Amino acid sequence: MTFDVARIRADFPILSREVNGHPLVYLDSANTSQKPAQVIKAMRLHNERHNGNVSRSVHTLGTEATSAYEEARGKVAAFIGAATPDEIVFTKNSTEAINLVAHSLGQHLALKPGDEIVISEMEHHSNIVPWQLLCERTGATLRWFGVTDEGRLALDSIDELINERTKIVSVVHMSNVLGTINDVAPIVARAHEVGALVLLDCSQSVPHLPVDVQQLGADFIAFTGHKMLGPTGIGVLWGRYDLLAAMPPFLAGGSMIETVTMTGTTYAPPPARFEAGTPPIAEAVGLGAAVDYLNALGMEAVHRHEQEITAYALKTLADVPGVSIFGPATPEGRGGTLSFAVDGVHPHDVGQVLDALGVEVRVGHHCAKPTCVRFGVPAMTRASFYLYTTTDEIDSLARGLDQVRKVFG
Amino acid sequence: MMLDGLYQEIILDHYKHPHGRGLRDPFNGEAHHVNPTCGDEITVRVAASSDTFSDISYDGLGCSISQASASVLHELLQGRTAAEAAGIQDAFVALMQGRGQVEPDEDVLGDGIAFAGVAKFPARVKCALLPWMAFKDAAARAGVDVTAASSEVKA
Repeated sequence: MTFDVARIRADFPILSREVNGHPLVYLDSANTSQKPAQVIKAMRLHNERHNGNVSRSVHTLGTEATSAYEEARGKVAAFIGAATPDEIVFTKNSTEAINLVAHSLGQHLALKPGDEIVISEMEHHSNIVPWQLLCERTGATLRWFGVTDEGRLALDSIDELINERTKIVSVVHMSNVLGTINDVAPIVARAHEVGALVLLDCSQSVPHLPVDVQQLGADFIAFTGHKMLGPTGIGVLWGRYDLLAAMPPFLAGGSMIETVTMTGTTYAPPPARFEAGTPPIAEAVGLGAAVDYLNALGMEAVHRHEQEITAYALKTLADVPGVSIFGPATPEGRGGTLSFAVDGVHPHDVGQVLDALGVEVRVGHHCAKPTCVRFGVPAMTRASFYLYTTTDEIDSLARGLDQVRKVFG
Repeated sequence: MMLDGLYQEIILDHYKHPHGRGLRDPFNGEAHHVNPTCGDEITVRVAASSDTFSDISYDGLGCSISQASASVLHELLQGRTAAEAAGIQDAFVALMQGRGQVEPDEDVLGDGIAFAGVAKFPARVKCALLPWMAFKDAAARAGVDVTAASSEVKA
């Protein structure tokens, strides 16, 4: 089956709207992706026909909702090659998934002064701040990989950085700013060699390329539904079952217990242990439909399409005077997220002029201030692509950038 | 094009040729403000003596709107008394928070009236206000309250 972008676009109602009198050119999928009609319909059907609370009702609606919720868990598990659906914990988003690990694993490992946690300079704030807070709570030390001028992790000091004091390594699989797809194999290997555990922030990789947790070899991964055609309000933590089973709860309340007395409580096994309170049920159904949609296309095909778009965009932007790209300059080892500077024009102004032409990009620090500082800028303009992105849209971006230079020239 | 309302020639001119830019001595009040959503930063210094702002200097990193706004602020408030500055500050804040419904008075706001269009872009109002909020703090640190005259604060 060939990758038919026109047919795919027809599944996304929002792509037919206009913005400021121009056809929408949506280049902000790394921020949040658009949703196909299949996802919207699955959620509507659930709310119209099957809504009930999960895991506690004997009635028909509750049973239908529970099986829909658990079916979604199974789909997500299969999508990333998890050993069992019980390794999938539904959270609110990637941020909550990472915070869950920082709290529960931090407590399980009984971190103390002298222990070290390793992250990198290309992390999203959600993979920096939870570890800073964990270090504040425990006295552990936070260390990090630097980033090379080419936008890749500086791995030359890996054996010193990850050492026998290291307890947790948490790095991004694909950068939300530079687009870099990190080769995590040597990091995972070194971490395991010294007995450290590895979390990968896969928020940008799971939506865009085939991800198999067995192949990655990490101990935990975090990602979010809304960047992979699903709804907001649902994220995923995958963890090795034996580790999850050893970890104490994060949030406490209903659904996560085994039994409760006034003097003490025992906890349910994973994943329920980490899903306190009523979970995002319709959102899980929507995420399951998103996984179905991606599977029908095939993640290899999605990735190939984005590689082609990225190659075209790198070439096209290189020809726009005054534009310089941050991060890898060729499509190898990078995804379809492209940050750049327009000489002499602040990203806010770039974004504003582009919006007037219907071209939606993100501007600012992208919740990754250390990455921006590394490249000596307070902000960047970022265009990010997905399975529905066309070369015509890249051309619209280039024309928009010409307009930017006219306004501010 | 609707952008004309935002990027008035006056704004682009202040952006490209800012007035009074660069931090200067002496000063007796300084404030550094950032816009956490976009990372824009500005430092404003004031030299206030016998109730008059004899110098207002600034430096910053940011978009055309925030930088032009700082230039206009310098032009409007330099040499003014606290009471005059408070009146102008009030008028500018009211204009920016007016969602495009406030008719600016050129006698009070001078080149500041060019920012009327910015008020229609909610995402950019903070950019325009950044230097003004930093100025207010810098003045307070110099012992001058430029909000004293503002009896009616617009919602």
